[in-house]
Amino acid sequence: MNASVVVFPGSNCDRDVLHALGKIAGIPAAPVWHKDSVLPEGTDLVVLPGGFSYGDYLRCGAMAARSPIIRAVREHAPRGGLVLGICNGFQVLTEAGLLPGALLANSNLEFICSPCLLRVERSDTPFTNAYPEGALVQFPIAHHEGLYFLPKEELEKLEDNRQVVFRYAAANGEAGAAYSPNGSLNGIAGIVNLRGNVLGLMPHPERASEKLLGGTDGLGMWNSIKSWLEGGAR
Amino acid sequence: MDYQKAGLRPHEYETIRRELGRDPNETELRIFGVMWSEHCSYKSSRPLLKLFPKEGPSVLKGVGENAGVVDAGEGWGLAFKVESHNHPSAVEPYQGAATGVGGIIRDILAMGARPIASLDGLFFGRPDSAKTRFLSNGIVKGVGGYGNCVGVPTVGGKTLYDERYEDNPLLNAFCIGLVASDSIVSSQTAEPGNLVVLLGSKTGRDGIGGAAFASAELGEDTKASRPQVQIGDPFVEKLLIEACLEALEKGLVTSMQDMGAAGITSPASEIAAKSGVGMILDLDRVPLREENMAAWEIALSESQERMLLIIRPENLDAVLSLGQKWDLDCAVIGKTVEGNRFILRKDGKIFADLPASLIGGGCPEINWPAERPKDLDLRQSFEFDPSGFSADLSKTLLSLLASPSLKEKTWITRQYDSMVQVNTVQGPGAPLSLVRIKENGNLVAIVMEALPWSCSLDPYRGGYETMARSLRPLWVAGAMHLGMTNCLNFPSPENPEQFWEFSEAVRGLADCCKDLSCPVVSGNVSLYNESAGRAILPTPLVCSVGILPASNFPLLPGKWKEGDLLFLAGIENASIPGSHFQSVLQGRLAGRPLPPSPEMETGFMERALQTARQRLASSAVPLLGGGLGIAIGKEAIASGVGAQIELELPTHPLALFFAEGGARALYAVPAAKVPEFIRTWTGFPFRMIGKVGGDSLCLPHSEPIPLQILSNVWKGA
Repeated sequence: MNASVVVFPGSNCDRDVLHALGKIAGIPAAPVWHKDSVLPEGTDLVVLPGGFSYGDYLRCGAMAARSPIIRAVREHAPRGGLVLGICNGFQVLTEAGLLPGALLANSNLEFICSPCLLRVERSDTPFTNAYPEGALVQFPIAHHEGLYFLPKEELEKLEDNRQVVFRYAAANGEAGAAYSPNGSLNGIAGIVNLRGNVLGLMPHPERASEKLLGGTDGLGMWNSIKSWLEGGAR
Repeated sequence: MDYQKAGLRPHEYETIRRELGRDPNETELRIFGVMWSEHCSYKSSRPLLKLFPKEGPSVLKGVGENAGVVDAGEGWGLAFKVESHNHPSAVEPYQGAATGVGGIIRDILAMGARPIASLDGLFFGRPDSAKTRFLSNGIVKGVGGYGNCVGVPTVGGKTLYDERYEDNPLLNAFCIGLVASDSIVSSQTAEPGNLVVLLGSKTGRDGIGGAAFASAELGEDTKASRPQVQIGDPFVEKLLIEACLEALEKGLVTSMQDMGAAGITSPASEIAAKSGVGMILDLDRVPLREENMAAWEIALSESQERMLLIIRPENLDAVLSLGQKWDLDCAVIGKTVEGNRFILRKDGKIFADLPASLIGGGCPEINWPAERPKDLDLRQSFEFDPSGFSADLSKTLLSLLASPSLKEKTWITRQYDSMVQVNTVQGPGAPLSLVRIKENGNLVAIVMEALPWSCSLDPYRGGYETMARSLRPLWVAGAMHLGMTNCLNFPSPENPEQFWEFSEAVRGLADCCKDLSCPVVSGNVSLYNESAGRAILPTPLVCSVGILPASNFPLLPGKWKEGDLLFLAGIENASIPGSHFQSVLQGRLAGRPLPPSPEMETGFMERALQTARQRLASSAVPLLGGGLGIAIGKEAIASGVGAQIELELPTHPLALFFAEGGARALYAVPAAKVPEFIRTWTGFPFRMIGKVGGDSLCLPHSEPIPLQILSNVWKGA
């Protein structure tokens, strides 16, 4: 069980994810440089962390999606390897075409840093099997471009395929567009690819992994990944 | 070139001629003009800054480096400093604020520390004016835009509105970083035969003369000053942080300095002077982004995101490849030599040849005359007049809660990433910020405080109270203070009455630091904050830093529990003068704030620390802006539970609830802990004032306020 956390120039949550995986969840994790074109041998999980890769110049995630390491990630995913994109990492995955859709500027055109309630829409993915379906979890968001967008027909397809994994929600369990802090369509906070092994989400589970920092709801994601990789949940 | 055009005074020019034994040439004159500006030389404030106590058992590195460093335990140090970027933010709010954040982060990096948290002090004009909206939006977005990208969380700050900041908003940026105690970088360690390396952005014509611009009153037409404002690129700063920390970790760096005001000249001449070496810089080796730059332009450009590294020649290859790895420009621009000369060459010609120590340290001090303001007696004459206020305390509480300086600031804090680096235990919106140190488990506690209203009435008492008020939240949470940094924002020192206020405020800060053994480890002075004769309020801003051992969880606010008993610790008759009640609701500042009481502070400190360590309370807040009433209101909102306040009212109930100042706190104590709490506070004024419970806040003889309304009013919903 090994995780590789990609470091792009401008990544700023790489060390946070390494801390959450290595120190809190007990998943051996190591940084990987964006200029490398292969993943370390034995990599089971690749994490594309949050931040401002390449300064978010051009478009968020656009330059990172064309970096050497993403070629390796493109080969990793079809082999069934796990890929997790958080925040800027989610933007990179959509720019790389590994996930559908695009992340546009928040509807209020401001950066938003805030705790958010999310409803777990699926508990049968490698990333969420430790949560009961419909569970409410609290992860913070911190982004300027988090409005998930997809043309109507494709959005319907995405929903039909049950690709939405996290949806912005209220405390009573209702979820949907009305609860998007950023204008995200259908309240979408995180999605998977069809096969279910590539997850992108805007909220930060690594920031919800210690009681001292205000919450531990993110541990479920690390535990899900662990049990999936250990074979228990497959 | 005329020396006066370079910004020098006649006696300063004479000093230069005397020291050099000749006339300075044009490049040299321009260098002195910038380096001997108020902003760089501290010539007006140096005599006052000597009042600050700088030593203490916690101090690892004191004033004199980029930032002071205090002991955070187990071999770790905390480097911190606060700095102003007032003039640039007034002219070009986004970039002015952004580069203010970038500049202070590089100061911390220059100590070899990884920046772990930022705070911002914001002082804006009339809340409803178009100008304030423009400036405050731009400044807040600038702080966020830079901090969010560079990956340093903005964990707190201070915001105050007053019309005296209408033309001169203030932006004070604080940063703190973590460094291994044995790896602190110094500017005193360069040796002859080292190479001088410039790492980071290319150099352009931006920000030339920025330091001089910051050393004069703002002109009426601020647009004309825009070329003197620098442009920031937080992405490059992030790369620079990682590259420098990697270079330090690999032992490649002999000395290092950031480049801020006065460009290459300031850090280069400072390292030469402090290390006792000479330095020769070849300006044509500086990577440029513009053509045909003159020697003085290259030497003084304030292009952002650059660091100056002093390295041994054998480390050059490794440093160059680090530059390559992080896609940063990296060039050898000179060398250190025996001697004390600071020489700038370009195209084979010498453009400046000066004694290094004269550049940064040679400017004569100015002892401005100080004069007690003629209207001070008038300002201080005051009799409390409660007329115009109903006996219903709830109404007054609600109007204060809705006032711009006291109401919720989510519109600001939401735009800041306050959690990156996963260490934020207490973020924005609380009396103090708490950041965990992963390396040793201890918590760093940070408080930013400024009391310009009190300082305008009595700068000595105001300065003292500012300092004390910055320490009390640390103690209440259970943290012991390690040191403070300050940013002294004042108008022109050339006006004797303004200089008197400046001197008195510094004396007040310094006396409090001495009385309470809090060393001053770094600081910054920003003068000439006035335009067209309109001066800002005297605004000394303080950031105090404390430490809480990993074993002691902090005692935090917002945690009232049903049934807790509420206690007021501290005196009941605080000060209406200088309070939010007076300034906001009465509309005229008058009177004198409380006189200092070191005995009360010490007595409070001991008991507050004990209360926190023994967990004798569920929740605690020091009394800050808005006094007891606002503390009760905010605690109720944050805890989501009401309270019944029941106590015998004095002659002036408004004063009991809304006066400010003094060592005071509000505690919510579980019934079982009451006897121990009382034992702890015996010998200090305290009294029970009510009980937590219900879904309304009930103040004596007043209409109960439903929690929902209390919260909506505060949030402006």
